[in-house]
Amino acid sequence: MSKKKVKKLIDEKDIRHDGRKLDELRPTKIEVGVLSNADGSAYVEQGKNKILAAVYGPREVHPKHLALPDQTLIRCRYHMAPFSVQERKSPAPSRREKELSKVIREAFEPSVFTEYYPRTSIDIFIEVLQADGGTRCASITAASLALADAGIPLRDLISACAAGKVEGRLVLDLNDVEDKEGEADLPLAYMSNLNAITLLQMDGMLTNEEFEKAINLAVEGCKQIYQLQKVALRAKYVEVKEAIKEEAEEQ
Amino acid sequence: MPVFYDKRQLVTPGDLLAENDYYAGENTFKENGKIYAACVGLVNCEGRNVYVVALKSFYVSMVGDTVIGKVIEVSLSGWIIDIKAPYLAMLKASDVLERSFRPQRDDLPSMFDVGDLVIAKVVASDRTRGPLLTIREPGLGKITKGQITAITPTKIPRLIGKKGSMVTTIKKETGCQILIGQNGLILVSGKSPEDERLAIMAIRKIEQEAHTSGLTDRVAEMIRKEKSEKKEIGGKDV
Repeated sequence: MSKKKVKKLIDEKDIRHDGRKLDELRPTKIEVGVLSNADGSAYVEQGKNKILAAVYGPREVHPKHLALPDQTLIRCRYHMAPFSVQERKSPAPSRREKELSKVIREAFEPSVFTEYYPRTSIDIFIEVLQADGGTRCASITAASLALADAGIPLRDLISACAAGKVEGRLVLDLNDVEDKEGEADLPLAYMSNLNAITLLQMDGMLTNEEFEKAINLAVEGCKQIYQLQKVALRAKYVEVKEAIKEEAEEQ
Repeated sequence: MPVFYDKRQLVTPGDLLAENDYYAGENTFKENGKIYAACVGLVNCEGRNVYVVALKSFYVSMVGDTVIGKVIEVSLSGWIIDIKAPYLAMLKASDVLERSFRPQRDDLPSMFDVGDLVIAKVVASDRTRGPLLTIREPGLGKITKGQITAITPTKIPRLIGKKGSMVTTIKKETGCQILIGQNGLILVSGKSPEDERLAIMAIRKIEQEAHTSGLTDRVAEMIRKEKSEKKEIGGKDV
């Protein structure tokens, strides 16, 4: 890869190479209910990340022997499109994608009332259309909205965001360059109302103090995303309501 | 209404609805004495019961519901029917025959085949087995004419309206027969496809605007407007 190496990721005024402050999220756009054939769906753009999530279920499990007698089976597929990265990615599921599918699934298990519909499955499909670091977090944000859009009872929406260490400084929501050049990356998924962490990973090195600070930073990021998620979920219904109000006023 | 929201306000999963002295109703849950919403919907309160009317859901079968389903498999002693619920429903051959089923004589596909649509009633439903259906009641059985449309099951009460006011309005204005399955499938059969199209359009409008008020009047107005427009175009053709 002949990607131009960015020499300095954070300048003297604490501005990152893409113009953000240290504790600033990438510009995020969220849309809910974008696919009509899935039971629930959501689309998230976080910086250059573009992610589509679809949910089916609860429905009959196929193959049948996988069904659990006392709870819903949650299945998740995280997949990157061949054109999502600079060099073509083979469409076959890689080791990394299988692992991410598993950790994402496990991040959702605490939020879904799995005991409500035994012998069924909820299938989550996540398609990364364009990747620029922190796709697992954006995927969780999208899939959680798709679950809510499918009408599946949830304890809380899950928001996810990474924090990390770049050039000795703690930063929020790392992108691809910062992730690769930086010293540490700490993705975190969080249920804001219940104050519970459902996914926590880390690579790189942080001191105990930095670790604690990074977690608090990521949690703050998640809370910001949570607000965006709520607005996106309501948007569809609020729009209809306002259109009618306007119509009534015209008459 | 309890502490945090007004009546009929839009809530999302995880929103704190009430504390302590309330009961957690439909689509809510209680944790450490606090009641949270579990679905996107409109919050409501009756007495001390706090519940959320979901804006989108899937069908959960209840005994006594009339449903519309599609035959997806002919099994050894009956049919397996998709009623758009998490579980597949079963219709037994003995129920259709009104006597015990004789495998050597009775030909199941000649009664219902894969792809047929049926109106049926749920007679048994628990979580250990899929729901059981019956067609041994007047008005139930195979669907032979009309069009099917689907809406999300929680909006069925809105489509029916107070004492059936909404559905009566559509029936009166379009002249169509409308049969509502509790699972969100609706059978519309009228004199002409045009009438049916109009009724389906009205149903779509109700689904989209279910959470707003004054809907019955707007639906009636929309149908009348569409009808008069059609007449004008028809008049020009003649």
